Amino acid sequence: MNYLPKSLATGFVLALFASSSVFAATHPVTGETLAEDQTFTYSLLDEFTSVDPQIVEDVSGADIVRDLFEGLMNQDADGNLVPGVATGYTTNDAKDVYTFTLRDNAMWSDGNPVTAHDFVYAWRRLADPATASPYSWFAEIMALENVGDVMSGDAAPEALGVTALDNHTLEVRLTSSLPYFAAMTTHSSTFPSPEWIVRTSGNDWTKPENIVSNGAYVLTEHIPNERSVRERNSLYWNNDATILEKVVALVINDENVDFTRYLANELDKGTVPSGQYIRLKQDYPDEATSFPRLCNYYMTFNLSDSGPEAFKDVRVRQALAHAIDRSVITEKILQAGQINAFTFTPGATAGFEVPPVAFGQMSQDEREAKAKELLAEAGYGADNPLSFEYIYNTSEGHKKIAIAAQQMWKEVLGAEVTLANQEWKTFLKTRGAQGFELARGAWCGDYNEASTFLDLLTSPSGYNDGKFSNAEVDSLMLDARTMDDASSNYTRVEEILANEMPVIPIYHYAGVFMLKTNVKGWPYNNVEQNIYSRNLYKVAK
Amino acid sequence: MINYIIKRIGIAIPTLLILIAVSFYLMHAAPGGPFTSERPLPPQVLANIEAKYGLDQPIWRQMINYLSGIITEFDFGPSYKYHDRTVNEIIGRGFPITLKYGFWSFIAAIGVGIPLGAIAAIRKNTWIDYLAVGVSIGAQVLPNFVMAPLLIIVFTLWLDWLPGGGWNGGSWEYLVMPVIALSTSYMASIARITRSSMLEVLNTNYIRTAKSKGLPTKVIFFRHVLKPSLLPVISYLGPAFVGLITGSVLIDIYFSTGGMGYFFVNAAFNRDYSVMMGITIVVGGLTILFSLIADLLYAWIDPKIRY
Amino acid sequence: MIVANKKKIKDMAENFSESGAGRSLWKDARIRFIQNKAATISLFVLLAIVSFSFIGPYFAVWSYEQIDWNAMGSAARVGMPSIESGHYFGTDDLGRDLYSRVIQGTQISLMVGVLGASVAVIVGTLYGATSGYLGGKTDQIMMRIVDILMSIPYMFVLILLLVVFGRSIGMLFIGIGLLSWLDMSRIVRGQTLNLKNKEFIEAAKVTGVSDFKIITRHIVPNLLGIVAVYATLLVPGIILAESFISFLGLGVQEPSTSWGALIKEGSGTISYDTEWQLLFPLAFFVVSLFCFYFIGDGLRDALDPKER
Repeated sequence: MNYLPKSLATGFVLALFASSSVFAATHPVTGETLAEDQTFTYSLLDEFTSVDPQIVEDVSGADIVRDLFEGLMNQDADGNLVPGVATGYTTNDAKDVYTFTLRDNAMWSDGNPVTAHDFVYAWRRLADPATASPYSWFAEIMALENVGDVMSGDAAPEALGVTALDNHTLEVRLTSSLPYFAAMTTHSSTFPSPEWIVRTSGNDWTKPENIVSNGAYVLTEHIPNERSVRERNSLYWNNDATILEKVVALVINDENVDFTRYLANELDKGTVPSGQYIRLKQDYPDEATSFPRLCNYYMTFNLSDSGPEAFKDVRVRQALAHAIDRSVITEKILQAGQINAFTFTPGATAGFEVPPVAFGQMSQDEREAKAKELLAEAGYGADNPLSFEYIYNTSEGHKKIAIAAQQMWKEVLGAEVTLANQEWKTFLKTRGAQGFELARGAWCGDYNEASTFLDLLTSPSGYNDGKFSNAEVDSLMLDARTMDDASSNYTRVEEILANEMPVIPIYHYAGVFMLKTNVKGWPYNNVEQNIYSRNLYKVAK
Repeated sequence: MINYIIKRIGIAIPTLLILIAVSFYLMHAAPGGPFTSERPLPPQVLANIEAKYGLDQPIWRQMINYLSGIITEFDFGPSYKYHDRTVNEIIGRGFPITLKYGFWSFIAAIGVGIPLGAIAAIRKNTWIDYLAVGVSIGAQVLPNFVMAPLLIIVFTLWLDWLPGGGWNGGSWEYLVMPVIALSTSYMASIARITRSSMLEVLNTNYIRTAKSKGLPTKVIFFRHVLKPSLLPVISYLGPAFVGLITGSVLIDIYFSTGGMGYFFVNAAFNRDYSVMMGITIVVGGLTILFSLIADLLYAWIDPKIRY
Repeated sequence: MIVANKKKIKDMAENFSESGAGRSLWKDARIRFIQNKAATISLFVLLAIVSFSFIGPYFAVWSYEQIDWNAMGSAARVGMPSIESGHYFGTDDLGRDLYSRVIQGTQISLMVGVLGASVAVIVGTLYGATSGYLGGKTDQIMMRIVDILMSIPYMFVLILLLVVFGRSIGMLFIGIGLLSWLDMSRIVRGQTLNLKNKEFIEAAKVTGVSDFKIITRHIVPNLLGIVAVYATLLVPGIILAESFISFLGLGVQEPSTSWGALIKEGSGTISYDTEWQLLFPLAFFVVSLFCFYFIGDGLRDALDPKER
């Protein structure tokens, strides 16, 4: 007989809910009327690798991990550091010991509290050779004490320089002074993982049925190569501020299909097919979006012994760099707000002023005249044309740039350039083994500071595939590590690069996508594009 | 018959072994490995990873480990790219999807192809015949990577009848476009085969005799023409089914169905050795199975064939 | 498709050998072929396309790799087909002349098709003829090998090959060709078994001609009819395979191109007002393939007297 009142009560509560949704909610800050359906659907070009914070190695996976888990520090819409699980941190004068204070109301989605031990576990897990994480190098650049020995198996993971002083205090000891260490804790590799779940479920712990996370969302569905769904985590400490209920990521491998489905309203955020931005900006001015990214696009000369003799002559390198009309590439091929590059470091990088390098100041005609002059001086001409091979990895965009560059070199310098595209892994292998003459390169900043780019061209860098080596650059970059303001060093390095021309800077990336006008809160000013779905919301149309 | 089946299975096993060995060596001969990336891993990290997956051992050793894993535990190993999934899971998830739209495409290809071919044959040299032949060659030569995006533009964007992609457990509205895109060229082949073999049968003396005896056309057609005309169609079914599975690469790319085809191509590019091997083995096994079934069907329908 | 005609070709082969492969057969066949309107027209159209691909460049204003900087990046507005600009077929997204590129693609695709089919035909014929002629245990083993190879999902192997050895047009047609000789070898073997006991072979044997010579001088020439039919039907299959490979990005190297590569590019931009980028290469592709099929059918009917 108890049934009746109970169901009545339920009915009443339901009615209440139903009626409350009639009075549409408004955004707590801006006061905009919110849409009833707070589901955000976007597309991925490819399946993400993992949602395990210590394993994930791709950008689209990291975006999901950032929603599911929360690290010590977060970024706001402008990329500034704001508290995450940690409410703040202190550091010593040498900046090699950091102490983070954790909030006491942070909870895992199974109700356990988030403690400093979860971070200790996660960081040890990152460095532990048994995890075999492809991102364990991140622990290395964090310069945690003993990280090298732990990674090589010479020391137990417990030796790592990270300790939980108590449940809410985390101490980190570094081998060298890192002024920007706190900013590194916004990286997904440093997010905590739930030891008890990892232990019981093993490799399956990231499956929707097992996963426990501490971020604003929990993973509720994942069908590889089709879709994944994350939904609001009601136990998240700041759950009240979350507006989006559900985030759906669809895998769509073809950019044109992606765009078609965006037009068919199946997606809230979609891809801009390559070369279509200008057109789409005209047709959908409020939806097509472009903003600078922390990435560069360049061509690297092989300066090692296996490289061609011609490239050992700086005049040849200069000539090739001068002969490229960057405006044609950015305005006619890419057409999406990319920026002509004459420096290696993008201008959008924090604290970096683009130095006025000489060839950046010329007009294109002057550059072409200079290019002809330089190449003639180097002894190449109609009877002795420069010829070399340019390799790039298979992709529509790279192909177009390669073809354009080939024609520019041909028309300006009379150079005979052979193009060879290689499939990605083959390309990496060839470039990494200096088996090329001129090769495409691109680099995206790991963090928002010029050294993330310029370190690449120092002699010890593992990514310096052209084997450029300049003692002054090496020492300037080494000094920069401990300087409070290293911008003068970076400027000097860029000037050296412009003279030596070990790489030809082509352009600096722009991020482009289509976003429906009712989706608000996109952090356009965050050049690293660290997006937190909990900051997004949909307004009523 | 039993002997024949046993013999065929006896060939199947070494075939699969050869296939495994060749693909295994080819794969490892490809430049780069699963962990080659834009940011080369520090040697220590790479060594840790390779040790974990046993990639530091000689190739023959790796192959034996791999094979024994399959034979003793039916374990195809972990994916090197999708770290939290095993190959068994990937195949277990993707293969039923491929099979499902493959099966319906198969049904569609037969269900439309045979009647189309039959009508063309019966009405030989009329406009119906020309139309059917034209349509079927047209369908055969129109690449499905042209057809697939067109289908999406028409049915999703313009007409708004069907979802533009996804699988959703395989409900019908998600099946329609993949099946159309995948089945047309096979439909066309089947129509052409049916037409020419039926023409041949219609020209035989015993059909002429039957006609002259005044048997009703329907009876002649269903009792005497249809069955022998289908023999070449049947021998085409085995390869056709395998072709459907290969064709699934395109379907998965355009319709985000999550089937096995795209996993294979992706695995080849990612050097995800175990996924690539797993799929090659499954597809190879199926190829063998289907050519066996097709041969048996053939023998069953055609009493002239003895094994 | 290839498999589709297997039985028919086999039947034809039987009739063919029965009729003694005399000169009159070829003459009859020619007459029958000419009577087949679809096949004759197709032959002329195909010849026109082939000659266009050789004569066409003389009328081109732009070379296939040259960029029209004006049209680059604004193909939809500037790059449409026009006699004035010299871009008879319009331009692609990079501002390259589609007329010249279609011609180039035609040459490459036809070459891949023909060379691929030749590889298949040569390997298949020699293999099948040898197997059938030698007979016995050798024959059994050789045919078992074919059975084994037939069970390999060849598109998968081809993808592997191109990934391993890098992309090159040579690899491409060798790969496709080597993988499609299997059917050929089976048909030829069956045919050879029939020929083997014919008097003229017996005579050659008795006079001490070597096995190799018998195969190449006496058996293979008598297989020409069936080989011709099979090759014609193989070409479109190989061109289709090449287009699929191009779709995966494993086809020919830029700035060279092929029908498949052009069609793929064109189909990607179909909704951005540059429909000519799809239509011109697609038209050449479809028309040529139609022709190959009709010619193949026509040849088969012509060479198979029973068909009437």
